[in-house]
Amino acid sequence: MAEFPMPQLGADMSAGKLLRWRKAAGDHVQRGDIIADVETDKADIEIEVFTTGVIEKFLVQPGERVPVGTVLAVIREEGKPLTAEELRIMTTAAREPIPAIPEAPAPSIAPTAIRPAVGEARLHISPAARKLAADLGIDPASLAGTGPGGRITLEDVQRAAQAKAAQPAAEVTLDRPARMRQAIAAAMARSKREIPHYYLSTTIDMSRAMAWLTQENLKRTVEDRLVYGVLLLKAVALALRDAPEINSIWAGGKATPVHDIHVGVAISLRGGGLVAPALHNTDRQSLGDLMKSFRDLVQRARAGSLRSSELGDPTITVTSLGEQGVESVFGIIYPPQVALVGFGKVVERPWSVEGQVVSRPLITATLSADHRVSDGHRGGLFLAAVDRKLQEPEKL
Amino acid sequence: MTKDQIRETVLRVLGQIAPEADLSQMKSDLRIRDQLDIDSMDLLNWVIGLHKELNVDIPEADYPKLATLGGCIDYLAARRELQ
Repeated sequence: MAEFPMPQLGADMSAGKLLRWRKAAGDHVQRGDIIADVETDKADIEIEVFTTGVIEKFLVQPGERVPVGTVLAVIREEGKPLTAEELRIMTTAAREPIPAIPEAPAPSIAPTAIRPAVGEARLHISPAARKLAADLGIDPASLAGTGPGGRITLEDVQRAAQAKAAQPAAEVTLDRPARMRQAIAAAMARSKREIPHYYLSTTIDMSRAMAWLTQENLKRTVEDRLVYGVLLLKAVALALRDAPEINSIWAGGKATPVHDIHVGVAISLRGGGLVAPALHNTDRQSLGDLMKSFRDLVQRARAGSLRSSELGDPTITVTSLGEQGVESVFGIIYPPQVALVGFGKVVERPWSVEGQVVSRPLITATLSADHRVSDGHRGGLFLAAVDRKLQEPEKL
Repeated sequence: MTKDQIRETVLRVLGQIAPEADLSQMKSDLRIRDQLDIDSMDLLNWVIGLHKELNVDIPEADYPKLATLGGCIDYLAARRELQ
């Protein structure tokens, strides 16, 4: 049996509202199928399932807003009949948040919400607290006790009731842009609080890349033409192959290199705010495929139809503010990632080539990186590798 | 196709790219990118949309000719005549 929890779609998500189920109980689902739509502070997201099997039971109904980690549904994995223990948990199963990223605080959610999974029968709760919980419509299994030995006290129940009462009010008064601002604020404040950033910058000669792109686009139809941003993304992805400490995730007090390279691209949304969904396996896609994926991602991000894996998977973020006319950007790392690459606009400037000053299109590439995970030396090697990749655009 | 029809098509495709924009306020002689919050990806999608709707081939080298609404309509009308 597999529990299907409310996913953590980035560090700025603490809770989600189930909009609708796309499947029914008893339906067969395959890994990657879209099973539900969830509203977050940033967007409505299509949620994919990571188990192949049959949906046994839904535990959360459309319209409910629950913390990240809350079990939404129970899926019987293929070839695995339910055990008696699993059946027992299913029938008593409660909204039990499991923190996807242990150190991630859930700012707007009751502090009582995080605890390991446990069945109702094992609850350590006083009769008075149990009665109060029932009267107030609080599920005792969703509480973490602060009394002796983890016992759930009257105060715990009262605190949960207050948090529950406060939640819908916040939802009604804040519209999507305001909630997005809050979510970004929480994630960025956490990043600056916890991550010791260091910053590097280098200037890259883009003349070869731009000349190659012009020639390449002559061969392509209107639909298949490339933008130079795609060359930047591919160059970053290829350079990451040799920089595992940059393509890492920080969790549980340490960094873990990620084998796959999923570059998150910062996309500004109309009306304000931004999202940074992943272009999966960025290093392994051809430029043509990457361009198609990129176009599709931008359109869906702005139309509000991203998928959960796109928001949950990025291993690094690339932001490009060149369109806004700035020459360089030193970004804030998006936890649990450990690095962010920034690009400014391409500017025509004097540049020295073999002792001669010539005019060249130049771009400023920056790296914001987590000093707990990498040092300036390694970060510098990585930026130099990005530069080298861009000098051989035909190999991208 | 008259220039008015081309103008209508250009604005309709632009409306799909930037649905929040008030296109009735667009000035013909100012750069479109200075009047609307659009980026190069939007621009590309707009060119693809124009290509599909008007059946006009637009080389990348001609993108600067699409910068203003007035210039864009003149360019597209001329390209349609050529083809």
